[in-house]
Parts: sequence; structure tokens; C-alpha cells
Amino acid sequence: MMAILEVDVLVIGAGVVGAAVVRELSRYELALLLVEKEVDVSFGTSKANSGIVHSGIHDRPGTLKARLSVRGCQLFPELAAELGFLYKQNGAVVVARSREELAGLEKLAENGRANGVKDLSLLSREELSRIEPNLSAELAGGLLAPSGGIVVPFDLVFALTENAVANGAKLMVGTEVRGIKVEKDGFLVRTNRQPIRTKVIVNAAGLYGGEVAAMIGDHSIQLYARKGEEYLFDRKLEGLVQRTIFPLPSKVSKGILVIPTVDGNIMIGPTAHRVENYDLSTSVSGWNEIYSEARNLVPSLQPADLITAFSGLRAVGTTGDFMIAPSMISPRFINAAGIESPGLTAAPAIAEYIVELIKESGLPMPRKRRFNPLRSVVRLRDINPQAQAELMQKDPAYGQIVCRCEMVSAGEIRDAIRRGATTVDGVKLRTRSGMGRCQGGFCTPKIIRLLSAELGLPPEQISKNGPGSEFLFGRLRGNQAEKAKEEKEYA
Amino acid sequence: MTELTCIVCPVGCRIRVDRDGNGLKITGNGCPRGLTYAREEMTAPQRTLTAVVEVAGSDCMLPVKTKVAIPKAKIWAAMQEIKAITVHPPVTIGQVLKEDLAGSGVALVATGTIDQDEKRENL
Amino acid sequence: MLNTKEVDLVVVGGGPAGMAAAVAASEAGVEAIVLIERQARLGGILPQCIHNGFGLRFFKEELTGPEYAHRFMLELEKHPGIEVKTGTMVIKVTADRQVMTVSAAEGLVCYQARAVILAMGCRERPRGAINIPGTRPAGIYTAGSLQYLMNIEGFLPGRTAVILGSGDIGLIMARRLTLEGIQVKAVLELMPYSNGLNRNVVQCLEDFKIPLYLSHTVTAIHGQKRVEKVSVAPVGADLKPLVEKGFDLACDTLVLSVGLIPENELSLQAGVELDPATGGPVVDSFYHTTVEGIFACGNVAHVHDLVDDVSTESAIAGRAAAAYLRGEIRGTRWLPVKAGRNIRSVVPQRIVTGQATPLYIRARFPERDVLLQVGRGRSRRRIVSPGETIYYTVKPEEISETDGWIGVSLEGGEIDD
Repeated sequence: MMAILEVDVLVIGAGVVGAAVVRELSRYELALLLVEKEVDVSFGTSKANSGIVHSGIHDRPGTLKARLSVRGCQLFPELAAELGFLYKQNGAVVVARSREELAGLEKLAENGRANGVKDLSLLSREELSRIEPNLSAELAGGLLAPSGGIVVPFDLVFALTENAVANGAKLMVGTEVRGIKVEKDGFLVRTNRQPIRTKVIVNAAGLYGGEVAAMIGDHSIQLYARKGEEYLFDRKLEGLVQRTIFPLPSKVSKGILVIPTVDGNIMIGPTAHRVENYDLSTSVSGWNEIYSEARNLVPSLQPADLITAFSGLRAVGTTGDFMIAPSMISPRFINAAGIESPGLTAAPAIAEYIVELIKESGLPMPRKRRFNPLRSVVRLRDINPQAQAELMQKDPAYGQIVCRCEMVSAGEIRDAIRRGATTVDGVKLRTRSGMGRCQGGFCTPKIIRLLSAELGLPPEQISKNGPGSEFLFGRLRGNQAEKAKEEKEYA
Repeated sequence: MTELTCIVCPVGCRIRVDRDGNGLKITGNGCPRGLTYAREEMTAPQRTLTAVVEVAGSDCMLPVKTKVAIPKAKIWAAMQEIKAITVHPPVTIGQVLKEDLAGSGVALVATGTIDQDEKRENL
Repeated sequence: MLNTKEVDLVVVGGGPAGMAAAVAASEAGVEAIVLIERQARLGGILPQCIHNGFGLRFFKEELTGPEYAHRFMLELEKHPGIEVKTGTMVIKVTADRQVMTVSAAEGLVCYQARAVILAMGCRERPRGAINIPGTRPAGIYTAGSLQYLMNIEGFLPGRTAVILGSGDIGLIMARRLTLEGIQVKAVLELMPYSNGLNRNVVQCLEDFKIPLYLSHTVTAIHGQKRVEKVSVAPVGADLKPLVEKGFDLACDTLVLSVGLIPENELSLQAGVELDPATGGPVVDSFYHTTVEGIFACGNVAHVHDLVDDVSTESAIAGRAAAAYLRGEIRGTRWLPVKAGRNIRSVVPQRIVTGQATPLYIRARFPERDVLLQVGRGRSRRRIVSPGETIYYTVKPEEISETDGWIGVSLEGGEIDD
């Protein structure tokens, strides 16, 4: 029988919500555990997010979505300063594609003001083309929301998790919750690894939130998956738009956006279609839909400049709002479900809100005396030559460039592995290596080698994103089993 | 009539071969080497085989080739012999690694150099 | 403080182009040359190209890639004026010829050069650039990275493969995979003709009975973790897939050989003008770019079929850089090339008058029995195809300055099908 791991709070799911909650909880004297079924944090919904920090103009006043996204948006600048993740307050513009849509912009502005969004201004067609000269000349006007921003979503999750861990929280990846027993003062949780006893559970399991809630007999969480495809263009288009460009929203979604990423790419998307299976493929129809819509906003976009595409699944609830509340079954089981857009924006505020709910549940939560809110990583590309030179002098590994397109050094890749990356995608999301225009053609073999050396595993065990996604089938030579098989076939 | 694409050089001439009594009538070749190629291709086709072999104590491979072309029919047998070879550094470019590969009468030679202490080249 | 060194010539890239350019410049009298290579050893892509077929034009004998590179390494050793910096990456080139480098050995070093030769080569077009729908599993490789993994690192990358694209590397890898016991189910080519050399279709596919599907493409990739199969469909005349006629091929590996892109990010930083037809810098007969003192040669200038041509062209660039450093070839008269019927690209794009210039010409579509016209020059060609370079040396008497340009076209051909 495996020893039971005893904690105060168990957070299930290391996406942006789980990571933000555990980081916020790490301000208190609590035994914290964050579990994730994938081999790394941020490998689910949070990996394939649009990376927008929404100003809060879109959401219906009075909803949790509206309240928490406006608050979340306000929290971002300070959070980014503390944690050093890639964030930029670039502002957002909602555009009217015709004169008829101008009234819609005014309504949206009213809605935003009702939510407490500051500094909104309506732009004439001329003002719009002055601040964003590459937008279509057909557009009739815009609504500027300067508080809107962009963030690299997985970088945010890594930053939150690393800081929580630095403040004493425990992280277990590759750990899937299989069953939960409600006990007198808490829960006994069965996993694929050791059992866990906890006083409080935060259910941040994303798409699997309904299944996790059902484990305690709570069937109130009904979720479905909405797929969003996104397409990414070469960094040579940097500056094509400065702000995130939104069309006037429809009833269902915020529409197809043109998004400048923090890293300097241009991204277009997402689609928003309900899907029955959790397959992450991209499609011809998705591309056609996105490209034709995006070209209405920015006509100069060319498919020749594409470098990659991806898709993500958002967990959508049945209420039209976030479903964040203690379960009817147990006040110490807190659901954070249906966190669709603007979930990433709201995550820091969701974390504050959940901490309050845990306090209300009666768990003693003394403040930690020595909470360290800061976290930093080396990013060669983002520092000046003087600082680069000093860094390389201290540690030559920072002078050894592995990813040529994004200028990522062996030192940064080693750091990423020590920060928790165990797969090529884990390294890629932490360092950008392989995200550039060659998409890993040159650097993937080198990253496999670095992972192999640092983790002490043979190269054939190194995977893209977990078991089953290994790159190699062993060596061409010296593989005795292989040799015997071939000789037999040959004979 | 048979049409061949000459593989002697990258020009890739299209050569026409016709039975002419007991002999062959070859046309369309751009140079005398094409003539030889076409005749051989019709009677006993030959190919140069290139591959890599394992290097003891290193995880990089050594490139190799057959010194001259070998009969096409012997390529698979030659490949099996190549797969069984492990070389010990140092190896110099041009060095013979195996005589009479797969009974072809042709030697397998190194096309690269591996120093005594060479472990890995990249990274 | 940042370390700055003054040198005569910096050559960016230690592949076949950079090596030939550095050697030629040194032979022509340039004294302080720095040759910079980002990999741990010289040779660029050649060490992984273990197949034969190199050297027939340049060395008049058939060599493998590593052997071809070795010839130039021996040459380099004869030139003590060439300082070789391997494991060193150039991160910036400015219009006034400052070259910023990074290496583990020396950290950040800046060179102030009197002349620069750009020889960075090219990279492979990745999956995202051709927008293949489907999932994103492990097991998708570009042909060149697969070649590196097998031939340099010695790894077995899969067991069953489909290759998309019939460029030379795709064809070579079809044979290479087969010889190593990996089953190649098919080579697919979007166009109605192969993009590789005919000899490679014969000796890499036909020899091993690997099916080549012309006018076919991959319409979807399947498999969540590892590639499980690909959907394939024929394409119509508009190159759009006819999905209803499609079929699936089970495989664990998809190899992409769908084009090479000259790596000109550094050139653009330096303000060098690029030719959209080649993806490389606009150069004159001396391989001088539009920025004074900056030259470009090899696959960074245009993608070559044969490394032999890279060596020849790069030697011209090396000698020209030497002449430039002596104060010659400045302000030379040139005429622009004007691409006419069935011409996709011509390099050099600017032809210096009063001398002969070897041209590398590429057709847009395959044709038989055509007349190549270059200025006043005429030459008959039996077959032209986009996959194979058309060579022509334009002579001074074939150029008329009064025209203001040099027309290049293919006339009167029969479309080859």
C-alpha cells in the first residue's frame, strides 16, 4: 500500500486557472498540491489559447465573466512585473465593417463602461487608419480599449506554477485523478500514482471538470468542448497591426481576430465550433473561414507567410457564465468550471475569488511571512547586447545558439529542463525554440540530445509531448533485436 | 525499344535502346559515358551504394560507399554486410573498411574521417 | 565591453558556398578573412548528404557529400589568412558591414569588415507553411532533418513512411529509408512532374519500386500522439485536392520535401534587396548585392540543383570581393534581366556589360524543343523543366546597351506531358 500524501488543498488541473489558484494560495501557510494528468503544465486548453488579455467590454454586466475579467485585466501589469512572463498592454480595437455596425460599437462601449472598463474611445474611420494603417480601407470606424493586452498563455502558466512551487507548493504532473471519496473532514483522492488526502479540493480540470465533479456525486457541471483553430504568420510581419483587432462580436463569439503576439508574430483566429470528440486537428474549412474573415480586417495577409497552425478546445458550460462555486455536495469542493473566454484574462481574479471561497469554507489560512512574489528567467533575445555578453562570459552555454530562428541558447534550454520541461514541446513552450520559421527543422535533434543528457534518458524515450509521441525508434545500428529481425526477414 | 534516363550525371539524358540483331542500337546519349551506361543497364546494371556504419565509442555515424559501382542485384546483400560493421577510430577518408563487399569484388571505403577522440560533433 | 575586431572580409556561413568564396578571396590576395559557421564543423549540409553524385562538374569525378566537403577543407588548410570560427552564429549584419556574432567560446564578438559575403544557405519549408490540415503528432519530419537524424546521428526515425514532395532530397531520402528497412509507401508530388533530377527518379524510386504519385497531395494528417496515417488525394488542374477521389495511407512517419527557402533574414537586416522570384538577394555578375560591399552566393542567393554550381558561383563572389577590396568593380555598368515567356527566375539579375556572365535560369513549366533567347543570343534546348537549371553564358556581344535590359525567354516549345 502506497503512503497517503496529506495536504490542505488539492488543485486538480495545471492550466491557467489551477496555476493561478495555487500561486494565490501559496501566500498562505498551507500544504498545497497541484496535480496534472498530462506530462507537463499548460498542455491542455491553456496551451492553445489566443493569448488575449481582454479589456472586459464584451461581457454582460453583472456576470462573473464581466466582473472577473475586468479585475483580471487590471491585475495583469503588476503580475507580469512580478513574474516576468511575456505580456504587453497593446490595446484592443473593435472595428465596424460598415456604417450600419457603428451603432453596435456605441452599444459595446456602453456595455464596457457598465463593466467598469476605463478610457474607451470611439474612433472615426480616419483616426482608425491613422493608428492602424494596415487595416482595410473599407472599415467604418472603431472602438479603442487601451487596457486590453496580449500575453503568451503558457508562459503565464509556467510563471504562476514556478512561483507557487518556489513558495512551497508541490506539483505532480502525469497524475490523473481517478476517484474521490468524501470523508468527514475532507477527501480521499485516488490517482494513477499515490493516494492523496486533502481538506479542500479546487476542481480546475478544464474539459474534464464535469467528470471530476461527478466523482463526488456532483452532476451539476455539464460541459462541452468548443474548438478554436488559430493560424500563425512569420515574425517578418511584426508591426502589421499594433493592437488586437476585433470585428463587432456576434451573439456566439467575439469573431475572428487579428492578434499581434508578444513574440512579434501575427496570429489569426479562432474559429468557435462545438465538437463532440477531443481531437485537435485543424481543417480546410477552419482555414477558409478564418482567412476570409481576417482579410476583411487586414487585406495584405498572405498564406505564403504562414508558419504554423494549431487548435485548442475550450470547456464551455451551460449557464453562459463561469461556474465558480462550492459544490452542493461539499462546501470544501470548489468547482471552477466552464472557464471559457475570457478565462485567461480572468484567471488571476478567479484565483482571488476562489481563495475567498476557501476562507469562507472555514479552512484556517494564516498568511505566509516570507512569500516571494518574484520569479525570473533568462531570455537572451530580450536583453541588451551588454547583458548578453556578461551572461555568456559567466556561462558559455548561453553563447551556444541551438534554435537559430528564435535565438535560443543551450543555456536557456538547459534552464527550461531544470524548470520542469521533460518533452520537446515542454522545452519549446518555455523557450520558443522550434517556434520560429523553420518550425524545429534544425533544432529538434539538438533538443532531443539536450533532454536526453539532462534527464539521463536514451534519445528514443524523448517525446514530443508525452508517452506515445516519441520521435525515434532506436538506433540504426547496434540495436540487436532489430538486427536479428532484419536478418530473419532477409533470410 | 526501351527508353532509359541516364543516371551518370545530373543532365539525365533520355537514351533510346533498340534491339539490333544480336546487338543493341543506342541513341540519344549526350556523351560516351551514356553509351556505356545504357549497355550496362541493359545487360548488368550497376549502382554505387552509400550508407553509414557504426563507430565504436561514439554516437555519430561514419559515411561509407562502395569504391565503384556494384551489381544492382547485390545491393541488399551489401547493405546487410554494412549494417554488421562497427569501425574503431581513427578512420581516415578513403580507408578501406571491407574488401569484396557481398562478393562483388568491390571494397567498402570511408567517405569521412573520424578522429581518435571524436565523440560528438554537434552541440 | 563589446569586443570589436577589424577584418578585410567576413564570410557568413561555412558550407560549400562560404568555403569556396573564402578560398577564392584568399587566392585573390585578401589577407584577413573570417569564415563563420554556426555548426560545430564546416561543410554545411554536405556531411549529411552521404549519397554520391557531387563533383562531376567541378572536380570532374563523382564524390559523396562528405568527400566534396573534405576537398574544400583541405583547400582551407592551405590558406592561413582564413580564420575559421565554428560553433559561431551571426545574429546581425548591418549595411555598414558590422557583423555581430555569438559563440560559446568567445561570447559576443563584433567584426567590422570592409566586405561581407553572405553564404547562409537555405532552409526547408515546414508543414505549417503549406498548411496541411489535421493533427500535430510526432513523426513529421522535413527531409533534411530526417537525413541529419539518420546519417549523422544514426537514429531510426520510423518504420513506415510517406514522402510528400519529389524534390531531390525527398527522392534521395526515399532510397535511404528503404535501404535502412523503413517501408516507403509512396512519394507524392503536387505538380504533374517531379521537381527532382530525372536520374534521382530512376535510381531512387524506380530501382526500389517506390510508387511516385504525380498530381497528388496530403489532405490530412491523422494520429494524436504519433502519425498513424495520412489522407491523400489527387489534385485538379488548379492544384486543389479532389477529396472525393482520396485514399488513406497508413504510416508512422511523414517526410516533407516541399521546397527550400533561402535564409535571408540577415540580408534583410542589412537592407539588401531580395528578388521575389528566387527568394535571394538581387545580385550582379560579381554577386554584389544592392548594398555596397556585401556579396551573396550559394543557396542564399538562389536554390541550386548542384553543389558544383555553388562552388563555381561562390568562387566568382570571392574573387569579386577581393577586387572590390582593391577598389575595383565599383560603379560598374549593368543591365537588368527581364524574364519573358516561361522564365521563372534568372541569376544574376543584373548583368555587367563588357564581359561574359554565366546565367542560372529556371523555367516555369516543362517543355520540349524550345529556343532559349538571352539578349541577342540563341540556343536550342531539348527539354526544359522547373526542376532543372538551364545554363547559359551570355557573351558581351549578345548584349545591347541601347535596349536598357536583357530579355530572357523560352520560345516555341511544345508542352511536355
